[in-house]
Amino acid sequence: MDRTQLLIGVAVALFSIGLVGVVVRRNVLVMLMCMELMLNGVNLSLITFAQQTATTVGAVVVFLVFVVATVEIALAIPIVLLLVRDKHTLDIGAYSELRG
Amino acid sequence: MATIEGLLRQLDTLLLVVCAFGALAAAVTMLFLREPMRVALALVTSMILLGGIYGLLGVHFVAAFQVLIYVGAVMVFIVYAIMLLERREVEVRRYSRLVVPGIAGLVVLPGAIVASVWKPLPSPVHELGDVSFGIGAFSVAFLTEYWLLFELTSVLLVAAVVAAVAVLGVGRKDARRG
Repeated sequence: MDRTQLLIGVAVALFSIGLVGVVVRRNVLVMLMCMELMLNGVNLSLITFAQQTATTVGAVVVFLVFVVATVEIALAIPIVLLLVRDKHTLDIGAYSELRG
Repeated sequence: MATIEGLLRQLDTLLLVVCAFGALAAAVTMLFLREPMRVALALVTSMILLGGIYGLLGVHFVAAFQVLIYVGAVMVFIVYAIMLLERREVEVRRYSRLVVPGIAGLVVLPGAIVASVWKPLPSPVHELGDVSFGIGAFSVAFLTEYWLLFELTSVLLVAAVVAAVAVLGVGRKDARRG
């Protein structure tokens, strides 16, 4: 196993663990953190492939992912605060009426 | 001289493996911890170790961004939210009813991705970590070749600020009604 395979394996594992965390955990904040973990897995794979092909495009996309992650959190946290103010719980089951 | 270079190379690989498995271990811990603050600390550990990996691969500015933006901004924001909300929290069940499908997904998804990606992996142009480019090359590429993405990023940030103000406005209206 060379370095590329190791890092791609870690990236896939981080993404999968994050996805499982989003599916199985019930705390909204923990789910948000698991989403961040998924983005970290994506970033690692982008950087690994960019290094493998010796291009800057991976770093550019990683920078965009940083911006998207920051925006996501900046919007998600106030929404969670409003939901908790309304329902007095962080349990995702209490927000089932948001299904639409 | 060659021996020293070989030793440094081995040390580099060892550090890379330690950081990779450390990041994985911290990520797995996140699934089992109950307290959101502890989950946040595990995520911070994972992010810092990923920053270490980026540093070892020679993309030092991405490592700096990782620590400054993810650990310094995003995680501090999350920790702040946890501190705001934790006192009100009664008791949240740790796992949903989807534990079994979730675990099955954990097995199937990496298996499917690895099976589809592993074999056609192209042979590297350079050995990983041998090519390092600094913030200069990145900035030039960003502002010449990828300038449209740069502009779209600023539009996204403005949209996010407007959306955050709108969310806060809804919250204030609800508070007045309540």
